[in-house]
Amino acid sequence: MSYQIVVCAGIVPDPLQTLEPVSTPQGPALKNEAMLPAVLDPWAAHALYEANHLAKNMPGSKVYLVSLAPKAKLQQVLMTIAQKVSFELIALDGPSTGFTDSHDVAAALAAAIEAIPGLDKSRLLLFGGWESAARAAGATLSMTGERLGIREQFQGVDSLTVGSDGSFEIRERVEGGKHLVSQCSGAPAVLGWATGNLPEPPNSPQVGMQNMRTVMPALQKAKPAGVAVTQQYASVALPKQQRSTRIVRDVAAAEVARELAQWIRGAH
Amino acid sequence: MPTTVRTKTATLKTLPGDDVRQIMWRYADRFDLQMLATSARAVARGPVARLVASGARNTHEWTPEKASLLKEYDASGITAAFMDSAYGGYLEGPKNMALSLTAFELAWVDGGAATASLAGCLALAPIHERGTEAQREEYMKRCSPALNPEPARGAFCLTEPLPYVGVETGLLSGKVKIVEWKEGEEPLLEVNKRGRFITNMGFANFVTAAVESADPRIKGSCMVILEETDPGIYDRGGPTKKMVHQLSSTNDPVFQLKIPASRIIGGYQVKDGVIVPHYDHAEIIEAVFRRTRVGVGLMTAAKLLSAIEPLLRYHRDRFRGGESTTPGTPRYDLGLQQKEDVLHRMLEVWATGEAAASLGFAAARIYDELDPIEKEKHRILTEQGTGRGMSAMRALRKLEPDAVKIVKEGGSSDSPLIQYLLLDSVANVLCPATKLWNTGHGANELREAVSLMGGYGITEDCPGFLVQKWTDAQLEATYEGPEAVQRRQLSATMTNEVFLAQFETWIRDLRAIASRIPATGACALATAMQMWLWTLRHLQHAKDADGNKLYQSARQGVTFPMADALCWLMSARQLILDTMELEAKGRDNPSLSEGFDGLMEFYTDLCSIQSARTAGEVGRICAELVFGYNRHTQWNDESCFHRQELVTLEAIIPGIEAVASDVVEDDGSHPSKAGPCVSFTGYAEFQALRAKMDGCVTGSQLAKDRAAESLIAVMIPAALDYPA
Ligand SMILES: Cc1cc2nc3c(=O)[nH]c(=O)nc-3n(C[C@H](O)[C@H](O)[C@H](O)COP(=O)(O)OP(=O)(O)OC[C@H]3O[C@@H](n4cnc5c(N)ncnc54)[C@H](O)[C@@H]3O)c2cc1C
Repeated sequence: MSYQIVVCAGIVPDPLQTLEPVSTPQGPALKNEAMLPAVLDPWAAHALYEANHLAKNMPGSKVYLVSLAPKAKLQQVLMTIAQKVSFELIALDGPSTGFTDSHDVAAALAAAIEAIPGLDKSRLLLFGGWESAARAAGATLSMTGERLGIREQFQGVDSLTVGSDGSFEIRERVEGGKHLVSQCSGAPAVLGWATGNLPEPPNSPQVGMQNMRTVMPALQKAKPAGVAVTQQYASVALPKQQRSTRIVRDVAAAEVARELAQWIRGAH
Repeated sequence: MPTTVRTKTATLKTLPGDDVRQIMWRYADRFDLQMLATSARAVARGPVARLVASGARNTHEWTPEKASLLKEYDASGITAAFMDSAYGGYLEGPKNMALSLTAFELAWVDGGAATASLAGCLALAPIHERGTEAQREEYMKRCSPALNPEPARGAFCLTEPLPYVGVETGLLSGKVKIVEWKEGEEPLLEVNKRGRFITNMGFANFVTAAVESADPRIKGSCMVILEETDPGIYDRGGPTKKMVHQLSSTNDPVFQLKIPASRIIGGYQVKDGVIVPHYDHAEIIEAVFRRTRVGVGLMTAAKLLSAIEPLLRYHRDRFRGGESTTPGTPRYDLGLQQKEDVLHRMLEVWATGEAAASLGFAAARIYDELDPIEKEKHRILTEQGTGRGMSAMRALRKLEPDAVKIVKEGGSSDSPLIQYLLLDSVANVLCPATKLWNTGHGANELREAVSLMGGYGITEDCPGFLVQKWTDAQLEATYEGPEAVQRRQLSATMTNEVFLAQFETWIRDLRAIASRIPATGACALATAMQMWLWTLRHLQHAKDADGNKLYQSARQGVTFPMADALCWLMSARQLILDTMELEAKGRDNPSLSEGFDGLMEFYTDLCSIQSARTAGEVGRICAELVFGYNRHTQWNDESCFHRQELVTLEAIIPGIEAVASDVVEDDGSHPSKAGPCVSFTGYAEFQALRAKMDGCVTGSQLAKDRAAESLIAVMIPAALDYPA
């Protein structure tokens, strides 16, 4: 059994950056977004690591990374990502902000996937984040799947186990720290990943150099995705929560949980 | 159109990121280097930072947790960055930029972590630079993580216990002699060597050591490879109780080992029953250090730049949370950034860091360029039968006038030998300049950075580990040749006419930049360079008040300050050149275009600040040297007028009495000052240059005020990306 695993991933500003919505002639945007360091959308990054893991265990499988993002910024992000996992890049040039319409983004992604030479939908697994750090609507991936005619869709996935008969056991997150366990006869399927179970793979410049042979031509070929911020926003604002970032060292999870609980209690 | 007047001020929007650095340090098209840098960064801001934060620096011993970093280096491609692809490496071509970027990224968090990585390369460097093919093959492969799950680790052992090798490396107490030499077989040697302050010694499996012959059957000195499995004593010694760089291992080892003569680095030949090593220890050390010292200088540069973000955050947030300090008030929004001195001192730290990084990476690039040319030079000279060492040097020296002529005529040459002379003469200045200025002046500016963090700065909890970075800089200034060694080297290399010819063209280039973008301060810098050159020429011929020669190697009071002054010039110049590169290439980068004007304004202002500071330093040094060796003129000197004399002269030169100020009256009284004004050959010329230079710093304080606006406006992340 081998799969064509297509991972859809956008890029977002590094989560440590201070973000501020602003209005521009092209519509709403984040202040200085182009100049801020960017990372692969964290949810989608987990999907990529899971795809890599699955492909390694299923000989003959191949991972594609489809990304709609500003080309130059994407190139910087790939300097890290391409060192972690092996994939073939399909790049679309366009804004990766959360202000574009996910309907348009899904259309562009689906078209790019349809155009993959040798695409075999019977072996296709469409991976991505169950939501994105840019938009958090959780709509893009399912619409992309619909356009590709894939009806088996799972969201908030934490694990995928392939049975000996090729069937899938999939665990999706539900409320209260519980999982919904589903069986699925096999590909094609859409899996919107939560965090999965895999750590971030270490960097390996050797892997990176191999990937760059295909990554650079793909970036050069990247066509404008034809996606823009078209809709009107009455207003945009940061969520009203107070953000207080603290980096802690070597603190046990239970200790972090206790502190958080105490903080929440204190806030009421 | 000349941009002489800047009407609108744009400010820096975000901290300069990789897009900016890659353009300035010229590796925007080197994906291999970009990946290595990001990989090293992940190790630095992950495992290294966690170790520092957890207090791993508080022991002298080499602990398992410190040792775990070596594995991280292996896994992330840092160790293999030194290897050629034949030995499991993945980078093609020269590796100077690669090692420099690695050192830079690791030192951004911890200097000792960078040292631990560089020291492995240092141990291999003698073998890499001058080893035989078989030696290279064996040791590169054994140290390659791609080829071994447990790669071998090395140490480089030159320094010896007192009273032996330190700054002076000529006379070694480490000895080598022949213990057995059977007919037709490889001689067996015995090596006796003690080391002091040897990095990596807590775990090294082999050592490259400098020794001298204690046997009439071995000529001169050499470097040898010692193995922990060799018969005899391989005593690592105790850990050095160093106060800095504790994530590296340092010991005082003792070796008494029997080794085959095939361990002489670079091999040997037997002449009349005497082993003649192909390379003496001095030649190998020279080849090694000239490259590795650049990385050390870049470590301090990284630390200076790493201090910016934590300082900005500390200053801005200083008063937040106070009862009366509400959002929207200057006290809340700006914090300590309301205070001009804080902003101005920050800019000095920042400009120093930028100039240091620009200088260091320029030096690294030049070695990458030089490496293949040097090999070609070696090939040609061997073909010509000129060989190595002194005879090769003499052959090259003969070509120096040609090289100078080519530079003066503004031409270029296809001859590898001429190209070598041109590049080598610059590398021979930029390398010691990087090591000397970045670490020495860098340490001073790191102290400034610590001060700017107040009491927090001096604690272990200080975000960005500033106090560690400051004190670590003292070691960076010391190992691999302390400041005196660099000054001594510069004293010789900066008078090379091939270098000086290029130096003169650089002055013209800076004037061209100044006429296009005066705000860079390139004009002040060009004049400072002119003054330095004038002073050097003056000192090379002038004598002191007692008639002794001024510019000579024993006169370090003359040569060393001139070396210091040159470092200021080279670093400020490189910052301007890198800023010009940013101007040329940055605007087209879509990631930068949005904030490009502010970025350029800020860097231009940093250039101006650094140029003005440099002009000040150079002016002070040159004035002290030009004037300081003349004895103060006395009232009874010939140069001084007597009233009676003036009265007579007035008849011949009307008006002279009115303008002469240094006059001794008939009663012997004179104006209330130490002596008549000074005068010597060249005085007027020097004074004119000084006056011109003072004028050239026009606008530099305005640049500071403008750049300060950027410090206030620039967006910074919510938290540092490594723990504190
Ligand atoms: C942590 C650490 C790690 C090290 N790692 C290694 C290693 O891996 N391998 C290795 O071989 N060595 C290593 N060293 C040794 C280091 O390179 C020497 O300490 C350094 O070269 C200076 O030698 P010294 O300490 O004997 O100073 P000295 O020779 O005693 O010099 C002391 C000072 O006197 C002055 N001085 C001396 N000579 C002159 C001169 N000719 N002209 C003008 N001024 C002069 C200078 O101010 C100089 O700084 C390490 C040192 C330390 C502290």
